Formats: sequence, structure tokens, C-alpha cells
Amino acid sequence: MTESKHVITMLVDNQPGVLARVVGLFSGRGFNIESLCVAETTSPEVSRITLVTTADPLVMEQIIKQLRKLINVIKVRDMDKSKAVQREMALICVRTKPEHRAEVLRIVDIFRGKIVDTGSEHYIIEVTGDEGKLTAIINLLKPIGIKKIARTGTVALFREPK
Amino acid sequence: MENTEKTLTGAQILMTVLQEEGVDTIFGFPGGAVIDIYDELDRTPIRHILTRHEQAAVHAADGYARASGKVGVCLVTSGPGATNTVTGIASAYMDSIPLVVVTGQVPTSLIGNDAFQEVDIVGITRPCTKHNYLVKRTDDLSKVLKEAFHIARSGRPGPVLVDIPKDVAKGKAVYSRMDATQMKSYNPTYHPNMRQLEKVISLIQEAKRPMIFAGGGVILSKASAELTAFARKTQMPVTTSLMGMGAFPGTDSLCLGMLGMHGTYRANMATSACDLLIGVGVRFDDRVTGKTDAFASQAKIVHIDIDPTSIRKNVLVTLPLVGDCKITLQELNRMIERIDFGNIAEQRRDWLSQIAQWKETGALDYDQTTIIKPQYVVETLYRLTQGKAIITTEVGQNQMWAAQYYHFDEPDHFITSGGLGVMGFGLPAAIGAQIAQPEHLVVDIAGDGSIQMNIQEMATIRQYGLPVKIVILNNRYLGMVRQWQELFYDKRYSCTDMESAPDFVKLAEAYGALGLKATTPEEVESVLREGLAAPGAAIMDFWVDRQECVYPMVPAGAPITEMLLV
Ligand SMILES: Cc1ncc(C[n+]2csc(CCOP(=O)(O)OP(=O)(O)O)c2C)c(N)n1
Ligand SMILES: [Mg+2]
Repeated sequence: MTESKHVITMLVDNQPGVLARVVGLFSGRGFNIESLCVAETTSPEVSRITLVTTADPLVMEQIIKQLRKLINVIKVRDMDKSKAVQREMALICVRTKPEHRAEVLRIVDIFRGKIVDTGSEHYIIEVTGDEGKLTAIINLLKPIGIKKIARTGTVALFREPK
Repeated sequence: MENTEKTLTGAQILMTVLQEEGVDTIFGFPGGAVIDIYDELDRTPIRHILTRHEQAAVHAADGYARASGKVGVCLVTSGPGATNTVTGIASAYMDSIPLVVVTGQVPTSLIGNDAFQEVDIVGITRPCTKHNYLVKRTDDLSKVLKEAFHIARSGRPGPVLVDIPKDVAKGKAVYSRMDATQMKSYNPTYHPNMRQLEKVISLIQEAKRPMIFAGGGVILSKASAELTAFARKTQMPVTTSLMGMGAFPGTDSLCLGMLGMHGTYRANMATSACDLLIGVGVRFDDRVTGKTDAFASQAKIVHIDIDPTSIRKNVLVTLPLVGDCKITLQELNRMIERIDFGNIAEQRRDWLSQIAQWKETGALDYDQTTIIKPQYVVETLYRLTQGKAIITTEVGQNQMWAAQYYHFDEPDHFITSGGLGVMGFGLPAAIGAQIAQPEHLVVDIAGDGSIQMNIQEMATIRQYGLPVKIVILNNRYLGMVRQWQELFYDKRYSCTDMESAPDFVKLAEAYGALGLKATTPEEVESVLREGLAAPGAAIMDFWVDRQECVYPMVPAGAPITEMLLV
């Protein structure tokens, strides 16, 4: 069976140890986690976890069922990408020799990023988008010289009916 | 309405909730972190059984839960007390046994400091409990305890651990009785989807060779009567998992015995030939399915289970049905009441006579030579007790012979560590079962290796005057491992010969029990008679054929039709 990438969104009790239960489930059962985002929702008792994994359909079915079985997990959904908005943010620190600055600024502009820190030898760029967009900008910046990078992993919400 | 609000200590709240939950017996072992709780316990009518090891306290609570149908409760101290419970908890988790395990913890101010006897037991037991809690405020204690009991006994049952720091047990909180537990994220599905159920009926009507595979879920949901009615009405033969022994009467002509690695020839053959397999309260464990691609490969599979994760985990099914076994079978029985199956005996004639033929070809058999055969001991025990004893087992060959040669007509009579396979389970489990059923005959069918893993519980048996009977099938080997070495490792018996063993007769006597030994087949019956008739506990040590193997045997990972038969 073919594996594919899935974005799982879930609401969980905002309590100590809940993340450990979710992560422990994945490691204990041999499921993989590609990225993971956790933060409070508007209700302080509830957090949203967005998790990206790659799995075949049967494994995916188990992942969803096993997550539902956790007592602290309130709601779980496997997101159909066409029905959801997905975003990830990256902070990219690039080496900027004077001769590259104009090029970097142009790239940042094309991707609607922002320069959030500057120095004599670097820029830190903030950029948001879906995974494809982030991969694209990273590929363009690589030849110029990426010093460090921090990515948030995907967050996602279902679109509301129009 | 009566005002039930009062200010209590954490320890008092624990005692109050235990009594509200109908707990009259708990199993445990004290220590510094739970002194306050023990101090309070002494002022209640709750009976405390002091085992000699915390692992045994959990197995005893497990045996108690199975023999009583209630939630088993344990109380142990922090650190080593807590870590000693892990094996027992993991076994109960695999077998879906409802337990509430209360562990003491160092005071909240010391948590995280590597304090004396501190261990993160919530972290350690997260993957082997249905749920667990660290209670940080006395105010939260009653709600947590209520939830713990609710979670342990509802849905697919399981162990729940509640870790109580010493200051939480000493601290005070306003307590008011709470009867219902509402949890927004926990709602097991009891009622099956009715449209799916109707499809089961048509599958039965279409099938030529249908059968049922029943497991521990039938026993846990107390659905044996419903299952029996269902099978008899539709004339479908029934095989069971190890955990399902007794879910369907073992002496019924429709009973095929156990399925899987050491299953009966007819059960394995029938499962491979059937065209409809209705799994009820089972999880298609690898010891049952063998090679999954070859398992029930001609059959449409219906899978009834309360736990959605059990379904389509190991085998693909035609028709999944999430629901409680009892409710689902009741609905099915109601539906089949209205259906005219015509001459059902006639329709099943070929199928059942094929099965009868398999029964003849592959009957469980052994030759009783001049050395005692372990099967003969179990068979004689079965005959002398008329199949009415509660049997607990250790793990290994002894467990399989118990399952093969003792036939259970009733549920809750076979108590074994099925999923985890814990050596040392049977003796403490027998203690729990005996306490739950004081008038009932309780026998631990043991191996000489396993019995030594919790032998200290003989002292518990003595302290409470429990008439537990222990039948040791003594092959002076870690027999099941030796069997694998014989069959699959060219008889290289690496570390399975326990070259020294205690004199079990003297050991029994040291613990104030009757000790008996049989070395010839002629002595088997008289030793059993004497041991069973004795008023108190007895160890009966049977020196059996060292080389005997459990047959049939399906090598791990092979199709279940590939049985080694003697
Ligand atoms: C705690 C534990 N350790 C190891 C094993 C592996 N094991 C399974 S059966 C067995 C042999 C048990 O020997 P004995 O109790 O004498 O039973 P027999 O098979 O000889 O009847 C062993 C070592 C186990 N199941 N449990
Ligand atoms: Mg042995």
C-alpha cells in the first residue's frame, strides 16, 4: 500500500503530560512524526496539536483510532488538504556579503517575507507559506549561504463554508 | 437533599470514594509515602490483603477482578513499590482487566528533585495503563478517583493508575459526593450500528461454512449466555482464544476448543476452511492468526469489538462492528428470532461432519507411559473437580496443557496472563480469585519455573488461611523455551535446565501448607485427591516427563494449518 503525507489536527486537554501521551503513542507503535505544533486555543483548557505524518491508509486508520482512544484527546481529524488552510513559518538566517544583498531582498520580496534582523554579515528572514513555498525559498537561498534555519512545522485549519 | 459537603484529608477522600465505589477488599503493601493512607485505611471496614510483593498485589487484584466481576484495587508506596507494580499493570492492560492502582508519591514540593524513593511512575506506566493521573492538589482527588473507576470499568476495561503525593494525602479539601462522571473526551460506543448488524444476518444466511471466534471480550462484557444462544440457534461452531476459554461451554458439541499456535486441529482447520468467521471480543493476536495472509483466507470476516483500534489492526475484515459484545449479541439474537433458517441442522450437516472428522484425525492425545504425562495430571484434575474449579495458570507448557485438557463450561473460571504471558502470575491470581470466591475451589496449574517467581505469596496464603491448591507440572525445565530449542534450535538447551530446585514438599510445609509429591502415574490420582480434600492450602508436585512437548504446535509466523502433531 502506498504511503502519503497526512496532516492531523486534534484538540486535547491542556494539561501536563498530554503531549507526552501523544508522542509516546507514535514512538511506541512505530508511527512517525514529521512535524508537530502545539499551542493553546481560545479556551485555556484546550490545546490544538497539528501533526504531520507519512503513512499508508491502514496505518493511518490505526493512528487516528489510537489517538481517539487517548482519554485526553477530545477531537481528531485527518485533514483533507483541499479543505484546509495549511501554513508553516520559517526563520532563515542567511549569510549576506554586500554583493548578495540585492538578490536576497528580491527573493524575500517575491516570497512576501520580511527581514526581521540585520547585521553586517547576515539577515534573518521571516517567511510564511505552505510547505512547497518554504522549500522553494530555501532552495533559492541555499547557494547564497544559509547559516541557520528554524521551522515551525505545519499548522492548519479547516476552511469554513463559503 | 442531604448536605454531603465536608472537609476531609486526601487519605479520607480516598477511603470515602473506595467505599462509594463498592470496594470492600484491596491488595497492597505499605511504605513511607502511603503511611497516611494506611493509617486511614485501618479505620475503615475495607479489608486489606498484605501480599509479599507489589507485583503479586497487582496480579491478585487482577485475579480478584476476574473472579468477582468488580474493579480490583491496589495500594502501594512510591519508588520501588510503584515500579514493582509495572509487570502486573502491563499484564492487566494486555488482558483488559479493570484495576485501579493507587501509588504513593513523594511530596509535591520534592517532585523532580530525585527525592528519596521518587520515580516518575506516571511516565513509566503511560504506555501500559488505560489512563493514569498524578494528583497535584487534594481538591482534585475525588474527581480523579471517580474518573479512574469509571475509566477502568467502562468501554474496554483496563488498569488506571493514580499517583498521590504524600502532601496531597495529608492535605484537606471540601468533599461532596459526586455520582455521575462526565468526561467530554471519553465516550465508549456500546450500541452497534443497526444497519451493519442487518448485514451480519444476511452474511449468516448466505454462508455455507460459518463459525464463531470468541475471545476475552465476551467474558468481560458478561455475554456468554447471549453467545451460547446465538451459536446454538444458528448452529455455528465456536472456537475461542486463550482469553475466551469458558465464553462458550467447552463440552458443547459445537465447541472446537482453542485456536492458534497450540489450538486444536479442528479449530485451526475449520478457521482456514470456513467461509464466514464472526470474531466476537477478540483482537486477532499473532499467537492466534499465525501468518496473517493465510488466516481465514476463504472467509468473510465480521469483527465485533468495543475497541475500534482492535478492528483492522491485524487482519482485514469484511464487516467491522464497534460495540459492546453483550448488547451486540442481544440485538443479533433478537433479529435471528424473527428469521426462519429452515432446516438448520440439514444445512450445517456437511460442515459439522467435516469438523467431526477433523476432531477424529487430530484429537488431543498422549500415551501415558510409566512416566507421568503432564496432560494426564490436568485431565485427572478435570475429572476429579468435575470441571468446576477456578483455574489460574502460570506461563509456559503448563498454561497450554491447562487450556487444552481442562474444559471450561462457564466464564470467569480460567484466569491466565494471556497477552503478556507473565511467569509468576498464577499464584497471586489464585489468591485474588480465592478471596473473591471463598467457597470455590481455586487451583493454580503451575510450572516449576514460574511458581518460583512469586513463591513468597505462600506466606500471604498462610496469613489469610486461603485453601489455594497448587499443581506443579514439574519437568525440571523452563519447558516451553526448551520445547522451542528442541524443535527449532537443534536441541541446544541453552539455560533452560534449572539444575537445582527447592524440595516443594518441604517448601509447602515451611509455609504451613500440605506438601505432596507424585513420581509415578499410579500416584497421580491419590495425590490429587488428598491435596484437593485437604482443608487448607496444598502444593502437589508432579514429576512429569521432562521431554514432553505441547502439541499441536504451529511454528511462529506459519499458517495455522501447518501444525506439528506430536
Ligand atoms: C517473567 C517471564 N520471564 C520469562 C518468560 C519466558 N518464558 C515463557 S515460558 C517459560 C518457561 C516457563 O517454565 P515453567 O514455569 O517451568 O513452565 P513449563 O513451560 O516448564 O511448563 C519462560 C522462561 C516469561 N513468559 N515470563
Ligand atoms: Mg517447567
